[in-house]
Amino acid sequence: MEVHVIGASTIRKEGRGKVMGSAAYADDVDLPGCLLGMTVRSRCARGVLKGITFLEGVPWDEITVVTAADIPGKNFVAGHVDDQPFLVPVGGAIAHAEQPVLLLAHADRAVAEKARRLVRLDVEELPPLLDIEEALACVRVIHGERNVLKEIRIAKGDPEPVFAAAAHVVEGVYRTGAQEQLYLEPNVMIGTVEHGPAGLEVTVSGSLQCPYYVHDAMKQLFGIPGERVRVVALEMGGAFGGKEDYPSVIAGHAALLALKSGRPVKIAYDREEDMAATTKRHPSRTRIRSAFDAQGRLLALDIDFALDGGAFTTLSPVVLSRGALHAAGVYRCPDVRILARAVATNTPPCGAFRGFGAPQSLFAIERHMDVCARRMGMDPVELRRLNVLRQGDTMATGQVMREDPGLEGLMDRAMAAIDYRALQKAYAVRNAWDDPVKRGVGLSVFMHGCGFTGSGEATMASVAGVEGRPDGTVAVLAASTEMGQGKNTVFCQIVAETLGLPVDMVDMAEVDTKYVPNSGPTVASRSTMVVGRILEDAARGLRLALVQGGFLAEPYDPEAFREAMRAAHLKLGSLKTYGQYRANPGFAWDDKTYRGDAYPNFSWACYAAAVAVDLVTFEVKVEDFATVQEVGRVVNPTLAAGQIQGGVAQGIGWGLWEEVTFREGRMANNQLTNYIIPTAADLPHIRVEFLEGGSPFGPGGAKGIGELPMDGPAPALLNALRDALGDLRLDEVPMTPERILNRLEEARHA
Amino acid sequence: MRAFLPDYAIQAPGTLDEALRMLAAEPGAWTPIAGGTDLMVLFNAGRLPGRRLLDLSRIYELRGIEDDPSRLSLGSLITYTELLEQRAVHQFFPNLVKSARATGALAIQNRGTLGGNIVNASPAADTPPSLLAYGAEVQLVSARGSRWVAYDAFHQGYKKMDLAPDELVARIRLPKPQGLGFHFYRKVGTRQAQAISKVCLAAYARIQDRVVTELRVGLGSVAPVPLRARRAEAAVVGRALDALPIEEARRAVLEDISPIDDIRASAHYRQVVTGNVLAQMLKELGAARTA
Amino acid sequence: MPETITLTLQVNGARRTVDTHPMARLLDVLRDGLRLTGTKEGCGEGECGACSVLLNGRVVNSCLVPALQAQDGVVVTVEGLAEGEALSPIQDAFLVHNAAQCGFCTPGMLIAADDLLRRCPNPDKEQVQAGLAGNLCRCTGYSKIVDAVRSVARQGEVR
Repeated sequence: MEVHVIGASTIRKEGRGKVMGSAAYADDVDLPGCLLGMTVRSRCARGVLKGITFLEGVPWDEITVVTAADIPGKNFVAGHVDDQPFLVPVGGAIAHAEQPVLLLAHADRAVAEKARRLVRLDVEELPPLLDIEEALACVRVIHGERNVLKEIRIAKGDPEPVFAAAAHVVEGVYRTGAQEQLYLEPNVMIGTVEHGPAGLEVTVSGSLQCPYYVHDAMKQLFGIPGERVRVVALEMGGAFGGKEDYPSVIAGHAALLALKSGRPVKIAYDREEDMAATTKRHPSRTRIRSAFDAQGRLLALDIDFALDGGAFTTLSPVVLSRGALHAAGVYRCPDVRILARAVATNTPPCGAFRGFGAPQSLFAIERHMDVCARRMGMDPVELRRLNVLRQGDTMATGQVMREDPGLEGLMDRAMAAIDYRALQKAYAVRNAWDDPVKRGVGLSVFMHGCGFTGSGEATMASVAGVEGRPDGTVAVLAASTEMGQGKNTVFCQIVAETLGLPVDMVDMAEVDTKYVPNSGPTVASRSTMVVGRILEDAARGLRLALVQGGFLAEPYDPEAFREAMRAAHLKLGSLKTYGQYRANPGFAWDDKTYRGDAYPNFSWACYAAAVAVDLVTFEVKVEDFATVQEVGRVVNPTLAAGQIQGGVAQGIGWGLWEEVTFREGRMANNQLTNYIIPTAADLPHIRVEFLEGGSPFGPGGAKGIGELPMDGPAPALLNALRDALGDLRLDEVPMTPERILNRLEEARHA
Repeated sequence: MRAFLPDYAIQAPGTLDEALRMLAAEPGAWTPIAGGTDLMVLFNAGRLPGRRLLDLSRIYELRGIEDDPSRLSLGSLITYTELLEQRAVHQFFPNLVKSARATGALAIQNRGTLGGNIVNASPAADTPPSLLAYGAEVQLVSARGSRWVAYDAFHQGYKKMDLAPDELVARIRLPKPQGLGFHFYRKVGTRQAQAISKVCLAAYARIQDRVVTELRVGLGSVAPVPLRARRAEAAVVGRALDALPIEEARRAVLEDISPIDDIRASAHYRQVVTGNVLAQMLKELGAARTA
Repeated sequence: MPETITLTLQVNGARRTVDTHPMARLLDVLRDGLRLTGTKEGCGEGECGACSVLLNGRVVNSCLVPALQAQDGVVVTVEGLAEGEALSPIQDAFLVHNAAQCGFCTPGMLIAADDLLRRCPNPDKEQVQAGLAGNLCRCTGYSKIVDAVRSVARQGEVR
């Protein structure tokens, strides 16, 4: 029987519980006897913790108090580098103003909250280092010798002599601000600790993207082997990268309080704390020097890319890597030099946020290409057409385009979708009228590397599996988490397609490290492409096991498959098959030289935006937004379109409104009233078109999709603003009304 | 939720007399609460200073609408949604309709009250500029009696009002514009809904024989209080529609306002945009149909 | 003054009583007192709308309502939209159109959408935007939510 599940808009697996209100998120779990945990934070961007005082006003004897001295294992959050403590010890250094110092728990949240306000920290303050430029200039040194957390160099040819001889050399500096993920569900984590026969047994459950990251963190914090740590991912109210690394911190805190109190402990951040304390998108500064010949062909790129990593290393090395690998954009360029640095500052560590460094560097190059076109008197579209990557071209790392990315075709479709040329003509006429509203249209062309960078997947060697259950249904065994992106549904579709079953015969096993293997973190646009393919292998293995065991004869129908699983269970007891990551033949990467195939493949896109700017208020309205992308085979068109539309909304927010205002190293606008994300009234209906290409690496030809839509909106919008307003220094996001006013005044005075 | 519940108390008197007696007995001890859309935000954040709350929501005397030929009188407990349901408000006070629609979003409009918007005394509130433009008066009641004050004299400084600790705002009264009128309202927030204004301007002008005979401009978010742009008004009143002194008024309004840099906007942005919105208003006024 | 009051509410059609501090938030009364955890807390400042419920026929942010003010009130939460296991039209439309992604804004969004369609069975674009603008969603960009609302409105038109 032929069943086609891939390519169908299967309804979201966990959707029913979500629309009924019965889906149980971490804070919905009823936990009798549970204490509520609170975090006392440093409140000083840089200094030394001298002592802790407990003021009167609460019954301190009823309150569980945990300090660094209570930590059984290592006081560092497991990561790329062990430099971030779970709690600052007395006598220890304070490196940012939201650093956890002390933990409190009580059965009554209000008592714990009151107690939190009655803890006084004695801190010797030191002058902080607060931004990228100060860090690079070594105004003060807070990390290593030069404040550099990580440095990456990519070189192809030698651009320097090219600049001397080129017809056009254009330079630019571009900046992007921090961005808050703003998942609607603030962080919640529940910890329990039991004294088992072999020692401490730690269980944490909650809202988290990467169960095995938390697993590693608990092993190190408690100094216990993995079999005594259990991590359960509950229903999650959004993440976008924001629940990639910080949940390890909260899980550790909850478990430490649980150890000390002997009771389960829940830590639920409220919005203010979540916004102030947890990770953000890295602020960036990119300098680009570019050389072109007289016809506009790109000859050389010299890019200096810098990220503000915050106080600790966390994920900055890998965010930097992805940013650096996307910095040259989708252009063919013979000579390229990229210097990428993540610097330390005394601000809360930045972390993962959809796009992971790529939106920052792509914003710079895509805005820069428009600037270059105008500088050379060319149409920005034509300049791109002339220079986009084609089959056989090499990227900055030397990666060869084995297939044609079809970028001109994507541009044609996006321009048709928004009616680019017609808008441009109409606006040119209307913008000359005496009307304070000016309109413009712009586009961006970009890519997003799918899966981990370079050798990441090979190192991770992820495992996922399927289980034939005695009731004749199939369970998917993977540690990948559902955060709204649709992983539950897509995984079930992939397994169902491979087994030739209807999708309702397949569902997800609970994401619990006790039962599911390490399929790697739920990040990097890797779940569908990488884990999906492992599942394809695992499902094939299940089918083969049934056939070879004599339980199933091909061809079969779903009922025969069901019967076969029942029979196999009776005979074998359990029926699980696993797959493991297989490297793509012919692909090679060298981490030391940054040469080779950075990603197995890329998703490609062109986004076009139409904007209106009101010169009375400098407010920008996005009137139309069209996206066209090639993401390989689309497993579930409705879910995929939802991913694109949601990512675009975040990209529009980042481009125009979302600004994290820091004061003395602390987020000052950590309320939804003052951190402005778009409402339903602020966005157009976002157009989505997929051009389905092939990919030999993903299940059924699928590539990654999750992060791509974050990369394109900001440059498309600012390019459209340039079209509306003329030659302005539109070099920064968010391009708020205040900044537009500033740039207009600057242009007037120039 | 950061408030420590045992620290708080709330009582709900059933009549105005009872409420006023409670206020008179312990002036300053009570924080009146109506829709809670401002106070409960502070409460959630653990920053509500008043620990004893006086719930006004059951006091029928603070409700009701009196619509007579020359004026509209609104009970202070009227919500934004209820305002939007009043035909007379749409007919005579279109700026108030726009103010109500611009306040928060639906769930806030369903709970927030006009009286609350006044006594919360936020310079960024959305209805005060319209109330100023329409020459509103507010009735203050206490166990000592009642008095009417002009709304443009009610706000005296940041969160300082002509309101004694034993008084409540009972009603808001608006004279119905007579003759040929011009109405203008514009709120500038960063987003289209759920925004706190960075600049807000409401205007009402009366026109006779193509001359502006009366103009009131109310401004929000550009001073410690919602205020009238009296210098800008003076520059315009008496001038013909086809010769409105837009640039003069723009200069004058900068003397009226005293904006600050805060988390939502810079003082400079507020100055420029106030001038621009005023100019836009005057352009529209100049183009107003008078036949 | 007593520390707690006995709050009587009609919730999703059933009479419920619960002992609570009079300043407890309606949100906490529903979630903790009545274990109706469909209603979510996303901000505690009346901005995100995840805690939206109907109180006496109007959408409110339940994080901004003190219990005392809800006394004798009629409350509808997301749990009250379906008839048993049968989804209401708007719930079904959310499911089919993928209007619920992470699902955390969904209960409040459904309450707002349901209220919009009751007040305004065939809303235009501005009415849809005004009806949903008090409910923040970070996953969908609202496009699929608007699709879902429109689809129910169209069904209503045919009927």
